[in-house]
Amino acid sequence: MSQAGTANRSPLRLFNLRERIRDRDAAVYGILLLGAILFPIVEIYATGGTADVSKATRAGTFVLLAIGLNVVVGFAGLLDLGYAAFFAIGAYTYALFASMQLGNSPAHHEFHVNFWIMIFVSMFVAAAFGAILGFPTLRLRGDYLAIVTLGFGEIVPQLFYNFDRWTGGINAIGLIDQPHLPVWIQGPWSGDGPFAFVTNFNFNTDPVAYYVLIVILITLAVILVSNLYKSRLGRAWMAIREDEVAAAAMGINTVTTKLLAFGIGASFSGFAGAYYAANVALVSPDNFLFIVSITVLVMVVLGGMGNISGAIVGALVLYYLVFVLIPGLPDYATSLAATLGLSSDLGSAIADATTRLNYIIYGLLLVAVMLLRPQGILPSRVREQELKHAAVQEDEAAVEMTHAG
Amino acid sequence: MSTNGSDNILVLTNLTKRFGGLVAVDNVSLHIKRGEVFALIGPNGAGKTTLFNNVTGLFQPTSGRVVFDGRDITGSKPHQVARWGIARTFQNIRLFDYMSCLDNVRVGRHVRMKAKVWDSLFKLPRERREEERVTDEAMELLRFVGIHRQANQYARNLPYGQQRRLEIARALATEPKLLLLDEPAAGFTPQEKVELMALVKKILARGITVFLIEHDMKVVMGISERIVVLDHGEKIAEGPPDEVRKDTKVIEAYLGKSA
Repeated sequence: MSQAGTANRSPLRLFNLRERIRDRDAAVYGILLLGAILFPIVEIYATGGTADVSKATRAGTFVLLAIGLNVVVGFAGLLDLGYAAFFAIGAYTYALFASMQLGNSPAHHEFHVNFWIMIFVSMFVAAAFGAILGFPTLRLRGDYLAIVTLGFGEIVPQLFYNFDRWTGGINAIGLIDQPHLPVWIQGPWSGDGPFAFVTNFNFNTDPVAYYVLIVILITLAVILVSNLYKSRLGRAWMAIREDEVAAAAMGINTVTTKLLAFGIGASFSGFAGAYYAANVALVSPDNFLFIVSITVLVMVVLGGMGNISGAIVGALVLYYLVFVLIPGLPDYATSLAATLGLSSDLGSAIADATTRLNYIIYGLLLVAVMLLRPQGILPSRVREQELKHAAVQEDEAAVEMTHAG
Repeated sequence: MSTNGSDNILVLTNLTKRFGGLVAVDNVSLHIKRGEVFALIGPNGAGKTTLFNNVTGLFQPTSGRVVFDGRDITGSKPHQVARWGIARTFQNIRLFDYMSCLDNVRVGRHVRMKAKVWDSLFKLPRERREEERVTDEAMELLRFVGIHRQANQYARNLPYGQQRRLEIARALATEPKLLLLDEPAAGFTPQEKVELMALVKKILARGITVFLIEHDMKVVMGISERIVVLDHGEKIAEGPPDEVRKDTKVIEAYLGKSA
């Protein structure tokens, strides 16, 4: 049978099949990368400023978080409701060791460790906390795990509030060090005229530098996580998600495998945290509340659980909804009222109402999206399979059809 | 062939499993010889699957010992048992529904693979080679059980009979020395039963010992060399098929005592 299939294989059909298997993810990544490159160029030439580039940078942080949480929730099926805790740990790790904060603490010594070192330190610290939290709790299943992670997510910001001699508590940590690079290219976007090489470049002079950095970080994250997805470990995660008992019977150590999912997910969050702390130069416990965990979780679910490109698109769409569209609604309402010729009193009343309805609008939008596309914007599909096997299958099916006919 | 000089691949000694007041497996001792097909039969609720679960580490025996291939595996974890060489299928099929057939079998290869997190993260050449090899091996196993044409379908989309075959392929992927089949012929047509018996013979030819639970007497009598009968958790008979068939205790257990 298989010999017949090989003989019958047509190169054209093989080609079509290859296209069909690869198209969607490749297309999505292509569009996203192209968009990421074009966005700042268009923005600078159209508006002459970089305000939206900074917003996109902030969105990129959430993309990184969504990619990491997708490993935990989408691949391994572990519901983590306290993901922001690891984000906070990453951010505070960087903030403490790259600011004046510890000078005022009982340590009486300031640390100013290099960003490029600290971003990896933060990653490992967050991963370590992921393992510490995971070890006793991953024996729990489903809802119980969700509740424990929820508790952890509540505790961590409280600790940063209350250990105020170290962390500054409610006063936050400010003036966080910026990343430096030995060389950088400056251009019209930083207001310095034509292109020029600069040495000892400080990131705070150029928002585009942060943007470039996050795009590179996301690209790396996508490559690494896709590699994991198509590996022994990725399959083990999915097997556990599908049937834990059968997975164990196939020789998968479910505890260490789940711990790895937790640790790797947390490390992305820690990584994103260090980046975020540098980018905004100010971290406060308020930046890491429950709403952040939930927002990232909704990004993953909305995008299509278990699919990396879905998590990215979900993060971008939701970021736009939550941080751009909805906060902007009162202004849109005011200007719309003005255009319609309504009195300014009525206009401001409408704007006021829109402000108060913020979360209701947000909720309704989410409900609408989930009703229209319950599987998410870009749901995950059967894993891409090796082409030769797929081709053999297709051809043999065709041969069978011929014989049957 | 034997690594420990013994002819027995699995020896259960006084195995007992209690759930509260219920004794599901009651002081059962048995031994399985290398390279045979050994069947465990008995009425519903006799404790057959519980016995399997005690062997594969899903349950911890209340008392007694399980010795596999010369190693005491009593109370081991399921993944350890799999690594040492016992694979199983489940009475109510437990496939990874939303993974392809190929991936189901590749999960079975997990325990024989070496790739660490770093190898996978950076797709090192040795990981790539291992993945290619494992994919070929998995395809080979799918062909062995006769469902290679369905390699890329979700496991849940297969017809029932093929799901049972896929479960066997997945179990074989762990390179077991002993394969536990829990009612492999349940719900099969006569034709499928004949095919299953042929498949079990092929598995045996690979040097794998087969330990099965089965209700269908034709299948049991057709392929097994020795049979143990359980009733209410107790072993009531043991021997070659024709002897067991005539055993009065066995007839009573299945048909009830005649007045």
